[in-house]
Amino acid sequence: MKAAIISFPGSNGDYDLFEAVRFIGGTPTYVWHRDRSGLKGYDAVLLPGGFSYGDYLRAGAIASLSPIMEEVVAFAKAGGPVLGLCNGFQTLCESQLLPGALIRNDSLRFSSKDVRLRVERTDTVFTSEYRKGQVLTIPIAHGEGNYEADEGTLARLEGEGRVVFRYVNALGEATEQANPNGSWHNIAGIVNEGGNVLGMMPHPERAMEPIVGSSDGAPLFASLVASLVGSA
Amino acid sequence: MSRYHLEVRVKPRPGLLDPQGKAIHGALRSLGWPEVDDVRVGKAIYLELDAKSEKEAVDKATAMCRKLLANPVTEDFEVALAGART
Repeated sequence: MKAAIISFPGSNGDYDLFEAVRFIGGTPTYVWHRDRSGLKGYDAVLLPGGFSYGDYLRAGAIASLSPIMEEVVAFAKAGGPVLGLCNGFQTLCESQLLPGALIRNDSLRFSSKDVRLRVERTDTVFTSEYRKGQVLTIPIAHGEGNYEADEGTLARLEGEGRVVFRYVNALGEATEQANPNGSWHNIAGIVNEGGNVLGMMPHPERAMEPIVGSSDGAPLFASLVASLVGSA
Repeated sequence: MSRYHLEVRVKPRPGLLDPQGKAIHGALRSLGWPEVDDVRVGKAIYLELDAKSEKEAVDKATAMCRKLLANPVTEDFEVALAGART
């Protein structure tokens, strides 16, 4: 898997993503946000976590207008897999590749801890290596991960099964206590209509090996690799 | 061309949870202002730009709001003219 990792000024998760892709046997390449040479030849595009442009104005707002995002939008519209993690999710919402928005955590605090996620769907290119209903341990680290959308959008997301990950407790129940940021419906990650664009606040790239506390993020990247083998 | 000063007010949409407003509301009540019924926190952006007319200045600022300054999912905006200087 040849993966383009988009670096913005203020990204800090790009190195973790690079290592995650290498860990599952892929070939990562950093692509600077001003690069206009295109994304042809890549199998997947990954948007890292961090604080692009200092989160000024709104998290992800200015990154969503940088030159590379036109290429990312074209890549996504052509059906290519695009994964946005944390600040990458915020950027995908700001660029309207995904609906809704991420606002300040309801606690008003930056939250950095392990959370539990339930896998809601396994028929996407990002989740085929999980079991449906599987409960994962994956870290979060964000101040603005509170997923908001209007009622119509939420109903459409739920109706079309586009919520891929939900915050849950140890028993796999989506309770209010298990929700770290106030997101509607305990939403942690969603896909677009085509299922090829995934945005999520948690950090699977920081959960690749037991030595860092969890390896539950690794199947996400392995799923991407498996989907490419399947389509080749 | 004249130089126009504009004030763009961006505020959280009605009904949307505003955690900052809620925290400030709590602080005001505990400081002895129980009569405060609601607090919402927005932001003001001050623009200085050249345009041929007031209308053009406001139209340009409105386009900026749609493209960048406000997020239509969570925020409403108003553009107000603060004055022109030739």
